Amino acid sequence: MAPTFFFYLFSVVLVLCAAMVVSSRNPVHSVLFLIGAFFNAAGLFLIAGAEFLAFILVIVYVGAVAVLFLFVVMMLDVDFEQLRSGLQRYLPVGIAVGVLLLAELVSVLVGWHVHPAATAVRFAPAPAGVSNTVALGELVYTKYILLFQAAGLVLLVAMIGAIVLTLRDRRSSRHQRIAVQNARVPGETVELRTMALGGGVPVADILRPRLTQPDAIDDDPLEPTHHGGHHPADAHHAPEGR
Amino acid sequence: MPYVLPGYLPILVFMVIAGVIAVAMVGGSLLAARQKPYPEKLSAYECGFEAFDDARRPFDVRYYLVAILFIIFDLEVAFLFPWAVSLGATRLFGFLSMMGFLGVLTVGFIYEWCKGALEWE
Amino acid sequence: MSFWDTDPGHLILVLAEALALLVPLLIGVAYLTYAERKVLAAIQMRRGPNVVGPFGLMQPFADALKMIMKETVIPSGANRALFLFAPMLTFGLAMIAWAVIPVNAGWAIADINVGVLYLFAISSMGVYGIIIAGWASNSKYAFLGALRSAAQMVSYEVSMGFVIVSVLLVAGSLNLTAIVEAQRTVWFCIPLFPMFIIFFISTLAETNRSPFDLPEGESEIVAGFFVEYSSMSFALFFLGEYANMMLMSGMTTILFLGGWLAPFGILPMLGPVWFVLKICACLFVFIWVRGTFPRYRYDQLMRLGWKVFLPASLLWLVITAGVLLATGTLPVPA
Repeated sequence: MAPTFFFYLFSVVLVLCAAMVVSSRNPVHSVLFLIGAFFNAAGLFLIAGAEFLAFILVIVYVGAVAVLFLFVVMMLDVDFEQLRSGLQRYLPVGIAVGVLLLAELVSVLVGWHVHPAATAVRFAPAPAGVSNTVALGELVYTKYILLFQAAGLVLLVAMIGAIVLTLRDRRSSRHQRIAVQNARVPGETVELRTMALGGGVPVADILRPRLTQPDAIDDDPLEPTHHGGHHPADAHHAPEGR
Repeated sequence: MPYVLPGYLPILVFMVIAGVIAVAMVGGSLLAARQKPYPEKLSAYECGFEAFDDARRPFDVRYYLVAILFIIFDLEVAFLFPWAVSLGATRLFGFLSMMGFLGVLTVGFIYEWCKGALEWE
Repeated sequence: MSFWDTDPGHLILVLAEALALLVPLLIGVAYLTYAERKVLAAIQMRRGPNVVGPFGLMQPFADALKMIMKETVIPSGANRALFLFAPMLTFGLAMIAWAVIPVNAGWAIADINVGVLYLFAISSMGVYGIIIAGWASNSKYAFLGALRSAAQMVSYEVSMGFVIVSVLLVAGSLNLTAIVEAQRTVWFCIPLFPMFIIFFISTLAETNRSPFDLPEGESEIVAGFFVEYSSMSFALFFLGEYANMMLMSGMTTILFLGGWLAPFGILPMLGPVWFVLKICACLFVFIWVRGTFPRYRYDQLMRLGWKVFLPASLLWLVITAGVLLATGTLPVPA
């Protein structure tokens, strides 16, 4: 009784959220509804007893993928009204494609038929007495090793693709070179002198720091290293009551 | 598959309690305190200046890159969870299988390191 | 076997358990703010709050009262619903994570099989409260703070994930009670010492605490993502941050400091007391760090996360697995 109730609860909310994703005017709201849909899908996994998959869905999709979506949608200034302006013109094509897909889906659903013996010949029936994370682990890394390595390659491609697409080299920026900073000795930049009392400093005699490496000019040796900003202790947001 | 949902009842209860407390606190303040808004008070804080353009603007693409790389490494961690708990059963084969996977991703990591994708200024 | 098929008594029991955990937690959070001010004051040779009540002990309640009586300002350009929702989310997440924390043997209110994943999922969702707040405020400072904060939290989460996996390797279970029980012989902070350090520093970054409090950066972006917040919605962010500190301390305690297990077997019946004491020790270090270290610069922060912690934790993870496999001390999965 209860599993059935929760199944329908999660499914209905999931479908409603999905509908809101495509129909909501504000793209940020769309992403938030998408997150709602992910949560309900995780709930469906939980009903099936697949705890690991449920939480991985939340960790990966809600915790990582949707963050990226939210970044993109919040910060890109896309004019959605302008995107919608061609609606009238493209509507017939859209409807045609939609009807075609719907027909295909219906034909699949009508023709769907599970052979009664199919459940018996499952590739990997869930072993009893083992938690489902372990059961998954015992299969993925041994029996399905090729798929697992292929997943690794897909991730590698994604990584390289992301860098190729987004990384621009910026020559103007100044990096901190820790090794150069640490290798400096005070003698190279600071000169100690004994001054006569009340004698003052002869103006023309002030020396600029000697640069030992000519190529270090780009690094701007006068640029101070990190002094740590100010002391953050008391000006923090804790109101000091007196 | 075992039916695990009843084990999650306390989490539902916690969500309800946390929601009630949070709404009660904000709502209580809305009711208890005197609300007296006027346009200057409601304008966005910009060190006393009038806000001079929209706050929502495109920003450095680097933040997107961080988010994408995070997704990839998060997936890597997701693959590691079942591996860690089942290594006692899969033993050396499982270990080597994971080393192959991590090796491929380490190549990617070295690539992004050398390309300077991890540099900030 | 479901909520209402069996007995409503069960529901009432769970409700009572939840309140028995959350009420002390909220009071603890209130006094954590007090403790922080007292400790910082001691570090800076001041006295800290000492007017309201004896030793200023009523100060947290005075603050709460003041917050409630303040006006809730909602900026005119803001998205009202999301603006109010963001602090509730931050606060709520910090609360619901406690559902799976085992305070003593068998005292976890929701003793689910995948407790670690639950905590990891909750902490990965913490970033939403901040992004939504920054975006909904429609203010430049809030927006910048939210961006920085999101990138920072996301960066440190990866190494936190690796650290958690290495603990799982040694413990052989995703259940938090089982992880604590696996530390009967030795607390994991000893064999996994480098991971313990990485984890603790990552929790500082995850909770946006000093020295990684750039999202607030009061000297440059005037409090970051919550500039526009006032009154109780501000207080919820504030409480959320401190509740998160407690949660992270609780996670550190469970994963590395042996949870409720007594050190050297002293008074083992006082499990919950030991648990609370260990959390307090972690919290003290949180505050101590804030009183001692200057703030990191953003490029240093990102370099530490991606170029130091990530490779280091991955390497140590591989070493841990290799050593366990070579010595045949891997836990047999159950």
